[in-house]
Amino acid sequence: MIRILSLLVGAFFTVVLGYSFVRGAYTAATEPAALTAEKVFYKKPEPLHLPSDGMFGKFDRQQLQRGFQVYQEVCAACHSLKHVAFRDLAALGYNEAEIKAIAGKATVSAKDPLTGEVKDRPGTAADKFPPVVYAGLGVPPDLSLITKARPNGAAYVHSLLIGYQAQPAELLKQFPDAKTGDGLHYNPYFKNLNLAMAPPLTGEGQVTYSDGTKATVDQMSTDVTAFLVWTAEPTLEHRRQTGFWWIGFLIFATVLGYMSYRNIWAEKKGH
Amino acid sequence: MSYPWANEYKPSHPAMVWLDERLPLPRLIYGAVGGGYEVPRNLNYFWNFGFLAGLCLMIQIVTGVVLAMHYAPNTLVAFDSTEHIMRDVNWGWLMRYAHANGASAFFVVVYIHIFRGFYFGSYKAPREMIWLLGVVIFLLMMATAFMGYVLPWGQMSFWGAQVITGLFGAIPLVGEPIQHWLLGGFAPDNAALNRFFSLHFLLPFVILGVVILHIWALHIPGSSNPTGVEVKSESDTVPFHPYYTAKDGWTVGLFMVIYSTVVFFAPNMLGHPDNYIPANPMSTPALIVPEWYFWPFYAILRAFTFDFFFIPAKLMGVLAMFAAILIWFLLPWLDRSPVRSANYRPLYRKFFYALVVAMVVLFWCGGAHAEEPYIMLSQLATLYYFAHFLIIVPIVSSIERPDPLPYSITESVLGPPTALESAAKA
Amino acid sequence: MAENADTATLEGTPVEGVRRRDFINIAAVSAAGVGGLAVVYPLISQMSASADVLAQSSTEVDISAIAPGQAIKAVFRKQPVFIRNLTPAEIEEANKVDVGSLRDPQTLAERTKEGHENWLITMGVCTHLGCVPQGAAEGEVKGEYGGYFCPCHGSHYDTAARIRKGPAPTNLVVPDYAFTSDTVVKIG
Repeated sequence: MIRILSLLVGAFFTVVLGYSFVRGAYTAATEPAALTAEKVFYKKPEPLHLPSDGMFGKFDRQQLQRGFQVYQEVCAACHSLKHVAFRDLAALGYNEAEIKAIAGKATVSAKDPLTGEVKDRPGTAADKFPPVVYAGLGVPPDLSLITKARPNGAAYVHSLLIGYQAQPAELLKQFPDAKTGDGLHYNPYFKNLNLAMAPPLTGEGQVTYSDGTKATVDQMSTDVTAFLVWTAEPTLEHRRQTGFWWIGFLIFATVLGYMSYRNIWAEKKGH
Repeated sequence: MSYPWANEYKPSHPAMVWLDERLPLPRLIYGAVGGGYEVPRNLNYFWNFGFLAGLCLMIQIVTGVVLAMHYAPNTLVAFDSTEHIMRDVNWGWLMRYAHANGASAFFVVVYIHIFRGFYFGSYKAPREMIWLLGVVIFLLMMATAFMGYVLPWGQMSFWGAQVITGLFGAIPLVGEPIQHWLLGGFAPDNAALNRFFSLHFLLPFVILGVVILHIWALHIPGSSNPTGVEVKSESDTVPFHPYYTAKDGWTVGLFMVIYSTVVFFAPNMLGHPDNYIPANPMSTPALIVPEWYFWPFYAILRAFTFDFFFIPAKLMGVLAMFAAILIWFLLPWLDRSPVRSANYRPLYRKFFYALVVAMVVLFWCGGAHAEEPYIMLSQLATLYYFAHFLIIVPIVSSIERPDPLPYSITESVLGPPTALESAAKA
Repeated sequence: MAENADTATLEGTPVEGVRRRDFINIAAVSAAGVGGLAVVYPLISQMSASADVLAQSSTEVDISAIAPGQAIKAVFRKQPVFIRNLTPAEIEEANKVDVGSLRDPQTLAERTKEGHENWLITMGVCTHLGCVPQGAAEGEVKGEYGGYFCPCHGSHYDTAARIRKGPAPTNLVVPDYAFTSDTVVKIG
């Protein structure tokens, strides 16, 4: 009985799927999917190499400090960093006094624990980076996790920052309706090619690095990307370090376990 | 199964004798996974995955309880509390990555465990109950994993909750009320997040309970084995301890090496970047996909693209997705072949491999955009999937002519007895 | 183990073979034990204070606005701390007490910083069972000895916040602190 029912149900599913397949195939053959500007002109992020890449990668503290400077001077006007606390900057090599000074420049709105009143006060090392009130249209994303929140995040951020360009004439010829709108900016590394953010890194020397590194657009972009890789996962180095010790130990224990297993089965299998 | 030649638990220490008379827990363990459980001597490495699945469940429960100490199930702070775990809690990053990748590891292990069952006919009499309980465990796992993925309250969490509860909306008449009842509202929000957290905490312990029944049921007939021939004599078996504790033990090490490599060096490999974006009910990500372990069933859901007479495509997809797992419950009665192991079933073996290919295609299509050629491929694979279980297995098991089976497990390991040995026995 | 010994004989001296095998088994089990302990460590460690909590383990308080005779409550490690600007009369009263007669003998000088004897900084946590004593805020009861009074079980503290009457076993705790300037105290 079960088998007869199952044959019927099976036949039903087979027919429905066969029907769907044939109709789908017919549609695909007769109505090819229309090309769009995004499909033709979108570019995958260019490969980017950072010191923190790979299993043995380590953050370059000097670079992170430069990247932090770029964030502070360029990005921070619109983009918050709310998951990062000022105290976390110690990992970049800043000392307590420097962190206190950086935090003190920020204004934090906090509830007074005694009066319950919400007041603005200067930030302290224990505070997180405060929210950024953006005056324009749209909501600039928080950058704390941006390199983890995009596929191939670091390369994406870097490519996007240096990828602004004029809309190619070829694109307009092929898709006359796809002209970049007012207040938008053409960037082939952005999914729909046009984004609201104006090119943030405009020219060499936009920031002045204290370590004498030449602040080219590419350099600034790489540095701030490195910094954002750190903000996305400050525990990265600790994780890998722990991993090496742990996996090293596991391999040792597994080899011992295997030898013990061979030992125990020696009489049973050796025939 | 307690074979007559199984070792009996004989405590020697007076304290253990005292305990044995009052609460024979050591006796139970000895008989379940100790020297008192006789197991076929010829199990291959596919038989290690049951033990590994148990290990995964323990990893998930331990790391999950820890995470629950720091997580806050409220839409305002859920995402932030997850990041708090990642950044500020001591070893919090390890707990979270171990838990998130532990779910993946659990599913890898369980998929292999299930396909071991398909190949070696582990579901056949007298082991139907083990199989049925196993399918129940798998369903509970899917529910638990789905609700767990909602908890970080990222974009994929939110839209996953929206889409999966939306499946119930496909049911005629009562669909929408059911969806609203599941969510406790019109869209995923605090009510849904809180109940998902509560159930996500509860269900693993329900799974643990069913796992105990699964193992209990296993101990009635005893473990199956790669030949599918039942145990006949003492030489067919070895005690679980030390033989299989040693074998399971070292494969636990191997499993931990692979699992830890992912946790420590590629913890986000199996996740989706969009879940690092806080949930935004106003904007759907370009590609919503569930976690990889749901992809085959997601592909089945999306394979139904056209209404079939009076049945809407959406309803068909939902029915098929649930049916895809529910038909496993019928498997012991669909497969009539008296031979268990596909090693001796040449025809069934070919179809088994075709099923593996169909599954791989479904995995691949389920994770891709809903566009051609993925839809057409998943339609073909889904077609085969249902045909395999509902049509091919019943028919093949009736018409197939199996290869000759070995006389016994011992014979399959050592070869047929030589004339000399037979003479010695005589 | 009889079987074990038999096979071992084939390899060489039976005793040595058995020993080597036992050693490997013991080593493997020990390694598993070490691995288990290594796993337990983070599981226990995760319950201790997290980085954001530890970051609040010191507090800076501006005391410039506290007039003599006044006190404020500040927050230190999520607990109240009393900062009191003692009047000369209160200091004198505290110094008059025979230290030997106290339950927890301490002089006022021992409970303040040199050069800042008028600043009495103590935790606002009763040493009996942890209630917050009254007397720091304007208009609160200061108890029989003019310091603090814990309403839960009736502990009275004097102007040096020393226990004088009631069930509390010790004086109000003086936290670690330092004057970073004349008007700013860093507690913790």
